[in-house]
Amino acid sequence: MSATIESPRSGRIAPQYRRNGGSRGNFEMIAWLFMRLSGVVLVVLIFGHLFVNLLVGEGIKAIDFGFVAGKWADPFWQFWDLAMLWLAMLHGTNGVRTIINDYAEKDTTRRWLKTVLYSATVVIIVLGTLVIFTFDPCPVVDGVPLPGGFCPA
Amino acid sequence: MPTKPAGTLYRGREGMWSWVGHRITGVVIFFFLLVHVLDTSLVRVSPEAYTAVIGAYKNPLMALGETGLVAAIVFHAFNGLRIIAVDFWKKGAKYQRQMLWAVLGLWVVTMVAFSIRHLSLALGSH
Repeated sequence: MSATIESPRSGRIAPQYRRNGGSRGNFEMIAWLFMRLSGVVLVVLIFGHLFVNLLVGEGIKAIDFGFVAGKWADPFWQFWDLAMLWLAMLHGTNGVRTIINDYAEKDTTRRWLKTVLYSATVVIIVLGTLVIFTFDPCPVVDGVPLPGGFCPA
Repeated sequence: MPTKPAGTLYRGREGMWSWVGHRITGVVIFFFLLVHVLDTSLVRVSPEAYTAVIGAYKNPLMALGETGLVAAIVFHAFNGLRIIAVDFWKKGAKYQRQMLWAVLGLWVVTMVAFSIRHLSLALGSH
């Protein structure tokens, strides 16, 4: 008679051999899946971003305040950049979190590094989101409106 | 004479080095992303502040830096798609090595095209 060995994570193994501690649920699986899903979307968003900003027309030489204002006067690019900001920051934060977990051996070191990482992530996401939505593409400087084809006369 | 042990799927070969490359390019891109959100946020300070700081991106040295950054992004993007294929395609693990060479081939083609266009624009006289 041969013994039957249950496959890992089948749910029928003894509790002490479960890989997740229970309280963390399947966070790591969700994170793994998120990296793949956000990765595919980011390839499209970032390649589009690089193409439009660097390869069309005058390329990088055309980038100035008016260039950004012209893009963000259009909700399409506001949404594009917002999606890129959130997905790239969460994708990058999860990647760096994995690297910290891999290389920082002491518990306190890991905790500190991740605290710094998550703080930077929150600041950058909040700042970027506010900038995209509170931005005025047609500012009036010293009583003079800046020229721009997208601004009301 | 003891022979060297047969290679494992990843260690010391294409699989391992692509993993190393993916980590390094990922970290580089992440730190640039932090800086890039900060510099773009200057549009909210004033048009002059933004245009002055973004002007720092427009010199020959930075043009090379941008090309390096895009090289990192393009490798990370193509190799990321390879990782997805390894995970979700039935024959992904079997062909991971061939897929890495496809990634590198596409990466070279993309970077030659990008470099010609970007450097001629960034280093051009007008």
